[in-house]
Amino acid sequence: MSQLPVLPLLPLLFGAVIAVLAALWRSIAGQITAIVSTALSLIAALVGLVTVVGDGAISYDMGGWPPPVGIEYVLDPLSAFLATIVALIGLLIVIYPVDAAFDLRPARGTPLYPLVLLLLTGLMGVMLSGDLFHLFVFLEIYAISTYGLVSLGGDKGTFAALRYLLLGTVGSGLYLLGVGFLYFATGTLNMVDMAESLPAIADSPTVLGAMALMVTGLGLKMALFPLHVWLPDAHSFSPPGVAALLAAVQVKAGAYALIRILFDVFGPAYTDGGGLPVTTALIYFGLAGIVVGSWLAIRQVDIKRMLAYSTVAQLGYIGLGIGLATPRALIGALLHVLSHALMKSGLFLVAGGIIQRTGIKAIPRFSGLGKVMPWTMGGFAVAALSMVGIPPTAGFFSKFYLVWGAIDVGNWFVAVVVVASSMLTMIYFLRLFERIFVVAPREDAIADASEPSGRVVATVLVLATAILLVGVFNGLLVSQLLDPIATRMLG
Amino acid sequence: MIELFLARYVYLFVLLLLAIGLYGVLAKGDLVKKVIGLTIFSTAIYIFFIEGSLQEGATAPVIDERGSDPALYVDPLPHLLILTAIVVGVGVIGVALSLLVRLYRVHGTLDEAVIADRIAGREDMSQETTPDDGTAPSAGDDPGAAGDDQ
Repeated sequence: MSQLPVLPLLPLLFGAVIAVLAALWRSIAGQITAIVSTALSLIAALVGLVTVVGDGAISYDMGGWPPPVGIEYVLDPLSAFLATIVALIGLLIVIYPVDAAFDLRPARGTPLYPLVLLLLTGLMGVMLSGDLFHLFVFLEIYAISTYGLVSLGGDKGTFAALRYLLLGTVGSGLYLLGVGFLYFATGTLNMVDMAESLPAIADSPTVLGAMALMVTGLGLKMALFPLHVWLPDAHSFSPPGVAALLAAVQVKAGAYALIRILFDVFGPAYTDGGGLPVTTALIYFGLAGIVVGSWLAIRQVDIKRMLAYSTVAQLGYIGLGIGLATPRALIGALLHVLSHALMKSGLFLVAGGIIQRTGIKAIPRFSGLGKVMPWTMGGFAVAALSMVGIPPTAGFFSKFYLVWGAIDVGNWFVAVVVVASSMLTMIYFLRLFERIFVVAPREDAIADASEPSGRVVATVLVLATAILLVGVFNGLLVSQLLDPIATRMLG
Repeated sequence: MIELFLARYVYLFVLLLLAIGLYGVLAKGDLVKKVIGLTIFSTAIYIFFIEGSLQEGATAPVIDERGSDPALYVDPLPHLLILTAIVVGVGVIGVALSLLVRLYRVHGTLDEAVIADRIAGREDMSQETTPDDGTAPSAGDDPGAAGDDQ
C-alpha cells in the first residue's frame, strides 16, 4: 500500500469537484457527496494510522519523480494522527444538519459542501506534504476556502473574512519568504533533504532569518498570541458548523506545520547548544495567550464569541507545549490538539443546536436549557468539563502532560500558570453551568424548546463519547502513538 | 561598499516593497488600499525569488549548443514556484475583491473604521443603518457597482 499517503487526500479533492455538480442537481446531493468522501478519507486515514504505527513512515512520490526532485507525500505517525483528526471532525461537521451548521438553507447550486471539502483537502495536504513549497500551496488552498466559508456569516462574516484574508495572506507570505531563504541557502525544498543540509549552516543569518519568518507566518496561521487578532471575529461571526471546523482543525494545521518544521526540518541542526532559538519566545507568547484569552473569554456575553476567545487560550497551550520542546510537553501539545478538536467542535455544535432551536446567543439568557435539552446539554457538560480539565476527560490529560513537561525542564512558573489558568477556564464555564442546569427556564423561547434534531444530538454525543474515550484510553494512545513521535522528534 | 550595493541593490528594493506593502495592510484605513498593500507585499516576495535565481552570464534554462553546465543557465525552480505563487495570489486577490464588492453593496463605503463601527453597534441601531444603506451613493455614480448590478 505505498499509495497510502495520498489516499486520505484524494476522496476530498474529487469529492469537492463532484459535490459542485451534485449540488447543481439537488442541494442534498452535495451533502451526501460530502459525507461519502469524508467517510472514505477517514477510512484511508485510519488504515494509514494503523499501518504506520507498526511500520514507520511511508512515502509516495507524486508523478513517479523520486525526491528531492519530485514532490513527496509522507505518512508518518504524526501526519497520520493529524489526518485522522481532520477526517473525523470533517465527517461529523458534514453530517450535522445543513441549516444548523450554516445558518441557511442553501439554494440549488450553492457551493457549500465543495468549500468544506476544499478546506479539508487543504488541511489534509498540509498534514501529508513532505515538501516546503507544496505545504505553502495547501496553506493557501485551505485559507481561500476558509475566507469563503467565513463570509457565509452575513455582513459581519464578510468583514471578518476580509480582515482574516489580509492577515492570513501576510502570514503565508512570510512563510513563503522563509521558504525562499531556505531554498537559496540549501538548494532543496524537500523536508528530509533540507534537514540533512541545515546542520552545516545552522548559524548563518539566512537560516535564522528563515526560521523567524516561518515561525511568525505559521504563528499567524495558528493564531498564536499576539497574532490572534483575526480569530475572535472570524470564529464568532461565521456559522456554527464553520466555526467548529475552524476551531477544531483549521488552526491546528498551522500548529502541525510549526511542529513539523521546527522539530523535523530545523531540529537536527540545533540538537546541541540550547535547542532551537525560538522556543523561549513560544513559551512566553503561549502563556500570555492562555491568560489573555481566558480573561477575554470571561468577559464575553455571546456564546460563540466566548468560545472563540477560549480557542485563543487553548492554542496558547499548544504553543507552550511546542516551546517547552521536551518529549512530555510535545505529547501534551499533540494530545491537546486532539482533545481541543473534540471538545471545541462539540461546544460549537451545541451552540449551533441552541441557536437552531431558540435563536438565543447571549449566555445570560440560557437559563434552564438543561431541563429542555438534556442530551445536548449532557454532551455540553462533558465537553466543558474537559475544557476545564476535570479527570477522566481528555482535557485533563493533555494539561497533565504539559505540566509534567514543564516540571521536566524545571520551569515551575509555566507549571503554576497552566494549573492556575484552569481556574480561569472554570470561571467562564461555571457561569454557563449555573445558567443551564441550576436556574429554572425563564423565557418562553426556552420553555417551549425541545431537543434539537437527531443528527445534532448524535454528533454532539459522538464527540462527548470520544472525549471520555480519549481520556480513559489516553495511556494506550500515548504509549503506542504519541510517545514514539515525541521521542523521535526530541528524544 | 559600492560593489556590495550594486550586487545586492535589488534586495533593498524588495525590503522597501515589503515595508510599503505591510504599511498599506496594517495602517491604511481604506479597504481597497489594504488590498493594494497586500498585492505590493506579495509582489516583493515574487521579486525576491526571481532575483535569487539569477546569476551573472547565465541565460534561460533551455539546454542549447553550449552544453549542460549548470553555471550557464539560471535556476528555473524559483520561476516555477513563483508562477504557482502568482496563481495562488490571483485567487486570493479575487476573493478579496468579491468580499469588497459585498461589503460595498451593504455599507456604501469601504472605510474600515466606519464599517467596523456599524458592525459593532449593530445590536442597538440596526434599524437606523438599514435605510442608510439604500440611499448610499452606490448604484448611480459608481461605474463598478453599476456594472455588477446588470
